Amino acid sequence: MSNKVLVYIDHFHGEVLPISWESLGVGRKLADELGGDVAVVIGGQDVKDAANQAFHYGADQVYYADDSSLVDYRPEPFASLVSQIAREDAPDVLLFPTTTRGRELAGMCAIDLNSGVLPDVTALEVQDGKLTATRPVYAGKLIATVVCDSTPQIITTRGRAFDKPELDASRTGEPTQVDAPLPADDIQTQVIEYSEEEGGVSLNDAAVIVSGGRGVSSNPNLTPPEDLDEKGAEIWRAQQGFKLVGDLATVLGAAVGASRAAVDAGYIPYDQQVGQTGRVVSPDLYIACGISGAIQHLAGMRTSKVIVAINKDPDAPIFKLARYGVVGDLFQILPPLTEAFRSRLDK
Amino acid sequence: MNIVVCIKQVPDSAAKVMVENGQVTWGDAPLVMNPWDEYAVEAALLLQEEQGGDVTVLSVGGGDVDEALKIGLAMGCNNAILVTDPALERADSQATARVLAAAIQKIGDVQLVFCGKQAIDGDMGVTAAQTARVLGWPILSLASSIKMEEPLIRVERTVEEGRQVVEGNLPAVVSVVKDIAEPRYPSFMGIRKASRATIPVWTLEDLGLEAPTFHVSWPELNNPPVQEVTNEIITGDSPDDVANALADKILGEKVL
Amino acid sequence: MDFNLTEEQMMVQNMVRDFAEKEITPIIKEYDRKQEMAPFVLPRMAELGILGICLPVKYGGQGMDYISLGLACEELEAVDSTLRVVMSVHMGLNSMGLIQWGTEDQKQRFLVPQARGDKIACFGLTEPGAGSDVAAMDSTARREGESYVINGEKMWISLATKAHNVLWIARTDPETNDPHDGLSAFLVELDREGISRGDIHGKLGVRAGSTGWIACQDVRVPLENRIGEEGEGFKIAMSCLDNGRYTVAAGATGLIRACLDESVSYAQERNAFGREIGKFQLVQQKIAHMVQSYDAARLMYLQAGWMKNQGIRNSRQTSLAKWFATDASFEAASQAVQIHGAYGYSDEYNVERYLRNSKGAVIYEGTSEIHQLIQAGYALGYRQDAPLRKELPTYDEQAWREN
Repeated sequence: MSNKVLVYIDHFHGEVLPISWESLGVGRKLADELGGDVAVVIGGQDVKDAANQAFHYGADQVYYADDSSLVDYRPEPFASLVSQIAREDAPDVLLFPTTTRGRELAGMCAIDLNSGVLPDVTALEVQDGKLTATRPVYAGKLIATVVCDSTPQIITTRGRAFDKPELDASRTGEPTQVDAPLPADDIQTQVIEYSEEEGGVSLNDAAVIVSGGRGVSSNPNLTPPEDLDEKGAEIWRAQQGFKLVGDLATVLGAAVGASRAAVDAGYIPYDQQVGQTGRVVSPDLYIACGISGAIQHLAGMRTSKVIVAINKDPDAPIFKLARYGVVGDLFQILPPLTEAFRSRLDK
Repeated sequence: MNIVVCIKQVPDSAAKVMVENGQVTWGDAPLVMNPWDEYAVEAALLLQEEQGGDVTVLSVGGGDVDEALKIGLAMGCNNAILVTDPALERADSQATARVLAAAIQKIGDVQLVFCGKQAIDGDMGVTAAQTARVLGWPILSLASSIKMEEPLIRVERTVEEGRQVVEGNLPAVVSVVKDIAEPRYPSFMGIRKASRATIPVWTLEDLGLEAPTFHVSWPELNNPPVQEVTNEIITGDSPDDVANALADKILGEKVL
Repeated sequence: MDFNLTEEQMMVQNMVRDFAEKEITPIIKEYDRKQEMAPFVLPRMAELGILGICLPVKYGGQGMDYISLGLACEELEAVDSTLRVVMSVHMGLNSMGLIQWGTEDQKQRFLVPQARGDKIACFGLTEPGAGSDVAAMDSTARREGESYVINGEKMWISLATKAHNVLWIARTDPETNDPHDGLSAFLVELDREGISRGDIHGKLGVRAGSTGWIACQDVRVPLENRIGEEGEGFKIAMSCLDNGRYTVAAGATGLIRACLDESVSYAQERNAFGREIGKFQLVQQKIAHMVQSYDAARLMYLQAGWMKNQGIRNSRQTSLAKWFATDASFEAASQAVQIHGAYGYSDEYNVERYLRNSKGAVIYEGTSEIHQLIQAGYALGYRQDAPLRKELPTYDEQAWREN
């Protein structure tokens, strides 16, 4: 074993995705365990800053390609770049973050380097000098222990499964520039245009859902506009409450759901209803705000991995199912909760 | 415009999958076409309606895989091919990609290969990119819409930062996501044809391939640890305290 | 004896199940509450070929066998009975009557468009004053030269206001000794002058469907629209019922399955006295009976379907299957509501709709009481099936799939 680790740093127009630093953190730990170095590879245009940052997060060596043909990610030149560096550097382990780009690059490099890829790994262990990885399979219903018996062992690390390393600005180095691997004319794809994602996350397949129930409309401290009648005022209050739900969802990249009570009362459209007569969802995280947890709502979300409940009523049935609960006023809890996540997630 | 759709036969997504004696079981749940691949078949059939040509559905697997292939035929694909060989049992994604690539070359005159985003058993999500790499063709992955802009193919895809439009030369490999279109039901005419069809079976020898070595293996498969749902009520001196404590706990669960 | 479905039959079953679950399940509660049929149901079933499933391709159908019809009905009713009612009247009672009794010309004129789903068909036998007592019907069809003049009112007609064609039974000869002998059958296009029709609301169940009345006031139909010979009307109606009842039996089987599936799911979720209610024996008993009913009902309708495929007269088996499955589905639905407790009493869950829907099937296409008389009649030798002048065509895969 060469004891070397090479890590691909994924970025968008020079802005490194935090998950890349997590992969680098994994690489650093592995290299330390194996008694070797960790190198990093970055491709793009104007990526010198990102290259320097890699040293702060633990890289011993940084290879970067800076070329107009690499301004936008395209699979072929990026795979060729990584594979080329990997052939020269001959690491034992080649790490990628599990992003749309990282995953396919890892697969392509496995072909180039005649090795094997282990995607979306949630844990890594060195046993008797051999690396074993853990990854979920069958849509997370089972856990597999997987190994690759050739080098480099190509692994993509799942987001948030590993800690982000500390930034040490005093840790610096000189990055090594390399040439773009392919002549621009040889590249078979072209990025035509790009637009930022508008609109919310859809309930289907959402990994995180924040839902509001009847309790969302009951903030006594809000004064509705005078021209509204009683029903209108109730809906207005509910909309203010759902705005808080929406703010938290935005910070978490989550979809917004609702209980039947909220939909029936007209606070929110039916296609966001979670429950027996709405949608059945199974996200990794379900945050229920002002939802009591009647059985027909639970039927729609009980298989969520982690359930969090915020409700004024300490006897609300949902607390029996919730991993974490807060007995309190969602109007008081949601805004600081949103802020707490905002700062922790660098948003 | 000849299209090959690579499909996999997997246990139904509603199946109760468990490990017993180190082996995966799914009771008597049926084996079906991988749901993501149904979208790939639909995308191919839609493109065929526009551009003409043949759609072939291709799978690497055991001898019983012809059920998924027959669904492909019943949906309207013109041909189906099964590649099977005892040497491919426990094939890793690299080997599968090489076999698919060889089969695609053998089919010949193929302009597009469509795949689903991932198979719901292995959840690897790399077969499309690896097959493209073996073929030396461009990969346009995670397509939510596909259009021919002769002589290029144009796809819209969603990445972490937003939507992107990418064009590629043909021949190319495209992987699709569910936004592409609702898969059609098999028609009765399709069902009649499919049940009568004999699906050609190719072995490694037919593809001119040696028995491959596999680099990736799964030494262990386990049921997820049974989590007793503990209920923890978070308290604090102020809403800010509670919020911070809760955020930390949630982040500790590593679900974000 | 091979009890397995063929690969093809399984594909048919899956296809119809997918359609019903994906397209009907999300909207059925809304339409059941509105007491209206969702406008896309008939066109969509036509588009998918379901309305012509077991008719030969050369008559515009899909060339599948009678078992496929049964499987389709089981899947449709597992989502809602109204979907299967469409098959009962359009296919079972009307279209299959045409393929059995119609002339080649009548098949071309009426059956082909129905098989394609271009025209919707229904069945006019029951009257306000004549249900079980078919022979007591008042509707007349007076011969006048080269046409008949039809008068009368039919009631409790599914798809009355949606259909284009009705198979109408009326009295052509008031003088016969036995009133059963004076009836004839007519295919009446519902856009003829003198026809009025309307919807009936306020039914206990099948509310997402369309039930109504059709009245004929001096409606003139040409001779060529008479199905079969004068005086054959009763025999034709009874053989149409053999096919309608078959779809009801298959559908009720699906309803039992739906009750069973939902009861199992709820019993595994709902907790009482510290455990899931599925652990309690009285809940288990209800579920066990549903399983028994489902398995038995399924075998009975499949056998009837097999007999139809073989060209074997199956009036007795179809009657038995219908009687058994419908009674069992009413009981299963009642127990399903009970398992759900108060939630079963609310339309939050599906089981109350199953219960309301199931009661209709115990009444129509021969009440359970009528079927008991039929079965006793066969057993005691008071009733025998004489060969018919025209029998339901045997299923012939090759011939049915030729263009």
